[in-house]
Amino acid sequence: MEEISKHFLNNNRRHFLKKLSLGIGGLAAASMLDPFSSLIEAPDSPLKGMNLPHFAPKAKRVIYLFQSGGPSQLELFDYKPLLDTMRGQDLPDSVRKGQRLTGMTSGQDSFPLVGSTFKFNQYGESRAWVSDLMPYTAKIVDELCFVKSMHTEAINHDPAITFFQTGSQQAGRPSIGSWMSYGLGSLNDNLPTFTVLLSRGTGRPLAQPLYSRLWGNGFLSSLHQGVQFRSGKDPVLYLKDPEGMSRSERRKMLDHIAELNEKQEKEFGDPEINSRIAQYEMAYRMQTSVPDTMDIEGEPDHIIKMYGADATIPGTYAANCLLARRLVEKDVRFVQLYHMGWDQHENLPTQIEKQAKDIDQATAALILDLKQRGLLEDTLVVWGGEFGRTNYSQGTLTETNYGRDHHPKCFTMFMAGGGVKPGFTYGETDDFGYNIVKDPVHVHDLQATMMHLMGVDHTKFTYKHQGRRFRLTDVSGHVVHDLIS
Amino acid sequence: MKKKKQHTSFTWLLYFVIPFAVVLGYKYISKETPQDYTAIDASNPELASKTKVLPETIDYIFDVKPILSDRCYLCHGPDDGTREANLRLDTKEGAFAAIGPNQDRFAIVPNDTLTSQLVSRIHAVGTEKLMPPEDSNLSLTDYEKQVLTKWIDQGAVWKDHWAFVAPQKKETPQITNTSLAANEIDNFIIKKLEQQGLSPSERASKEKLIRRVYFDLTGLPPSVSEIDAFVNNSNPNAYESIVDSLLNSTQYGEHMTTSWLDIARYSDTHGYQDDLERVMWPWRDWVINAFNKNLPYDDFVTWQLAGDLLPDASLEQIIATGFNRNHKITQEGGVIDEEYRVEYVLDRTNTVSKSLLGLTMECAQCHDHKYDPISQKEYFSFYSFFNKVNEKGRIDYGEIPEPNLKITQQQTKELLSFINMPDSIPEVQLMVMKDDAPTRKTYILKRGAYDAYGDEVQANTPKAVLAFDDFENNRLGLSKWLFDEKNTLTARVAVNRLWQQIFGTGIVASSSDFGNQGALPSHPELLDWLAITFREEGWDIKKMIKRMVLSNTYQQTSKTSPELLEADPYNVLLARSTRQKLTAEMIRDNALAVSGLLVEKIGGPSVKPYQPKGLWAETTSGQGLTEYIMDTGENVYRRSLYTFWKRTVPPPSMMTFDAATRDYCTVERQKTSTPLQALVMLNDPQLIEAANVLATQMLQDNSLTDQDRIHTIFKKITSRAPDETEVQNLLAFLQESEANYDETKNVTATDMAVDKEKLYAFSAVTSLIFNLDEAIVKG
Repeated sequence: MEEISKHFLNNNRRHFLKKLSLGIGGLAAASMLDPFSSLIEAPDSPLKGMNLPHFAPKAKRVIYLFQSGGPSQLELFDYKPLLDTMRGQDLPDSVRKGQRLTGMTSGQDSFPLVGSTFKFNQYGESRAWVSDLMPYTAKIVDELCFVKSMHTEAINHDPAITFFQTGSQQAGRPSIGSWMSYGLGSLNDNLPTFTVLLSRGTGRPLAQPLYSRLWGNGFLSSLHQGVQFRSGKDPVLYLKDPEGMSRSERRKMLDHIAELNEKQEKEFGDPEINSRIAQYEMAYRMQTSVPDTMDIEGEPDHIIKMYGADATIPGTYAANCLLARRLVEKDVRFVQLYHMGWDQHENLPTQIEKQAKDIDQATAALILDLKQRGLLEDTLVVWGGEFGRTNYSQGTLTETNYGRDHHPKCFTMFMAGGGVKPGFTYGETDDFGYNIVKDPVHVHDLQATMMHLMGVDHTKFTYKHQGRRFRLTDVSGHVVHDLIS
Repeated sequence: MKKKKQHTSFTWLLYFVIPFAVVLGYKYISKETPQDYTAIDASNPELASKTKVLPETIDYIFDVKPILSDRCYLCHGPDDGTREANLRLDTKEGAFAAIGPNQDRFAIVPNDTLTSQLVSRIHAVGTEKLMPPEDSNLSLTDYEKQVLTKWIDQGAVWKDHWAFVAPQKKETPQITNTSLAANEIDNFIIKKLEQQGLSPSERASKEKLIRRVYFDLTGLPPSVSEIDAFVNNSNPNAYESIVDSLLNSTQYGEHMTTSWLDIARYSDTHGYQDDLERVMWPWRDWVINAFNKNLPYDDFVTWQLAGDLLPDASLEQIIATGFNRNHKITQEGGVIDEEYRVEYVLDRTNTVSKSLLGLTMECAQCHDHKYDPISQKEYFSFYSFFNKVNEKGRIDYGEIPEPNLKITQQQTKELLSFINMPDSIPEVQLMVMKDDAPTRKTYILKRGAYDAYGDEVQANTPKAVLAFDDFENNRLGLSKWLFDEKNTLTARVAVNRLWQQIFGTGIVASSSDFGNQGALPSHPELLDWLAITFREEGWDIKKMIKRMVLSNTYQQTSKTSPELLEADPYNVLLARSTRQKLTAEMIRDNALAVSGLLVEKIGGPSVKPYQPKGLWAETTSGQGLTEYIMDTGENVYRRSLYTFWKRTVPPPSMMTFDAATRDYCTVERQKTSTPLQALVMLNDPQLIEAANVLATQMLQDNSLTDQDRIHTIFKKITSRAPDETEVQNLLAFLQESEANYDETKNVTATDMAVDKEKLYAFSAVTSLIFNLDEAIVKG
């Protein structure tokens, strides 16, 4: 084994020196052992000269807990007693101000206002408002930085979620995790830089679908695509060797492959061959490192209890939160979770209760767990969906039942750790919970702020594609400095 | 949003504070070398400036404009809306016009670097005079400053952008050693090598050559007997006859179609949200047939753009228009219909301009183009050609979007024999183009927003390419404009794409961008020669491809010396062949072909081969294609271009190998090397099965020794015989694997007569060979 890695190192050192002698790249030697690092493309990397990170980062890693479908801010965090008072009354035109509505409610005769059926209270020293749906989250509000004034441009799921993930409503741009992988590279040498975990909510089994392009690399190299970690036997696609094959057999095979490839390299002088050898070594390491990370056998009972019983059921949100912690513990830079099922057009009270229960305990546990391990200070946790929900009922409002349509004009997200202010609430909506009255935060602003926390100036971090310099934040976005501690 | 800069007379005065030393000093710094037209990567100024020395004569197009475009046009370019200081550098009039509050200054004064404001501004040190300004995040390298300064010093000779000047067929260059040239292509390539003091490489080995040409023309490997026949054939025409037979094989059309599907963003699903199934494969079958019968490129394009508008349009010509309906379509509840209808028209506009004109017209959707002479008005005038379709923005579940065309079994038997319609399907309905909303008006959409109407526009084309005079005011007129002799782009873009397909990189490396920000042609005269020849020969695609693969340039070895690698790391000059990687489709098809699993059947509904379980299920809403149900029988082993394409969850092994997403038009795929690719090669059940099947075949022949078997497997997969070292290496692994065998090993034996231990070991060896770098390169 030692032999092999020595040989491997030599091989790469040669490769490295050769590249240097060509005068076309300042390769970091370590990057040769880390094929997920953007530096492997160094000879012609447009990153050269970009000097990333631009300044000292507050966060080294991100866990993005995406709540797919559009969680209702009005039932969770944005307390609007006026909606109870005015329950059943029509949304005044003076509030709506001609805002476009989706085709699902634009034809409604009336827009009856409706408040939350769940009670709200203030918690912690920060006195943050949280509803009864989120008892665990309520206990950690002093760790959280709420943004009540998020707004977006899209009013439908596909473009809205694509906007959050890529900065553009139409497909084709890289995901935020891909940008980070490309710009900042890997912190470890045996796991992908950008990993993805999916879970399905219990609130609405027929949930909004997801699309693998949400974690796609767009025009960046596919080295930066999000790698999905799945529950089950093959946690990363094609990771598992054929049944019966031992690790030593695989090792042997790779040694033979490397030897024969090296012979080719000598004959053809193609530097690509060396890169290929390095990719196989990374694949081999992943075959061990990924299952090791997925295996929660060794987690003590008190930790499992913290995340809740679901944590032992692979593929649940709770299990994914636990995995997310294990991944950042191993210095995976960007962990993207998606929890489906937040699209409560009808039967909102019953659906959202289940949906909130799916995520409340595990989200809070994740943040506390990161904190107790000293990881929270340089890990940014982001929680939120693609838009909010209307203050009026979609469909008939009855005594116990209502629904809410998509609402892009205001919604709530929260962050924790990674340099954001703990126990802080930013932005305000009007008493109707319809318009923002103070400190609006656009999707691009959030993206700019996340990048800033990672040490990246979003206006300087560009990628030239088809003649144009693209950035995650397109042509806008401002860092919200007030959120930063 | 950037603030408009204030130019007071005071600041104008300060412009005179010029760092004279820098301006005058460039002559001493610069080294004089022969003019070098080699394309530089404009995205990588540092690389360029390290490896380049100042040319003796500065050329505006090749040296100056890439710099102006990339660093200056953003504020001093075609876009009126963001122009600063009333200075525009993209037109001759603008660049030489008087500027400043008193109109008494000039950015560029030919032969006068001292009064040229441009020179002083780019050399301004640490002041707000500096151009480009610091807050633009753009800067110039010393080399670039020298280029601009020297150009002005030499008289600031202006030329129009090469791609908007009609191609000229110059005489084929003379080369010193005429025996090195097989055809005109070589003359152009070798001429330039001579100028650089380089010479072409030797011919590739026959084994490498036959592998390369098989993959390039059919996407499939040669068989062992085909390799042997070629290696043992000393007839000088042997290679050409192989080329002819490959061009006449049906696999040629299938292979050519693969890249056209990327351009046409072909898919078997609608692409948004629930991503429902659609039927467009009859259109794909039409493409295969069109390539196979060598439909001239002008017809090939005209039918796809405007087949329905041709006089007495045939069914086939109407089917071809499906090209412009392959864009995504949403069924998501609640979307605003018009927003999406507009999106589809934008998609057509962008696809046509990108693939056929090599223009990034989409950049003019929200404002005038920042780099190229395409105004927003011109964008929407072009858009107007595709805006007469009576279509919905949102379709219902199960709806076949209109306009569409019904094709019956009978029609396929009588008129459309190229459509492979299974007997089980009585009829299909596919989307086609139709101007059935002829009165719909087109407006400029401000900021590109679907509901922000500006002025009304009429169908028209970018005049920088060719004015739209005397053409019919519809898609048919557009097609005629495209193929008009005076159109400066169509032929160049087409031959460049063919070149990219054969040589790996286009003569213009940015094959979808021939504009100011695109790469410059590495061999401009060759590009023009090919473009005009293509037109003169009646847009004959097979003939053009044949010319390329018969050139000696194509037939060179891909072996590289350290010196050559240093002189030309990206192989721009083609003093060797580029060692190209197989595409996603080729990798799987190679495994199927060499193991004998491949089912060679052309066309028909897309098929569902192996795919990891649960991928569709875990992201679905429960509507539409909720579960991937793998096909059985021969459908598992069809060529990869027939693999069912679900846009929101595309086939993962193909995506891992850089297949295009099909969300939008893609002219050039990425070429990456990743650990996930290694995992696919090691563990994809299709590759495991192919290894097992190939191993079984070898073991069924008792007359073979293990050495023979290794020899044959190696040759099948890599197209060449292994040498003794390689055989010994693999034999050693075989023996190790045999020793490792025990009952715990899971061996799928399809033939009980074959010894399991042997099968286990040979399957492992075969898998190993599939994983060699050589197995996934052409040669």
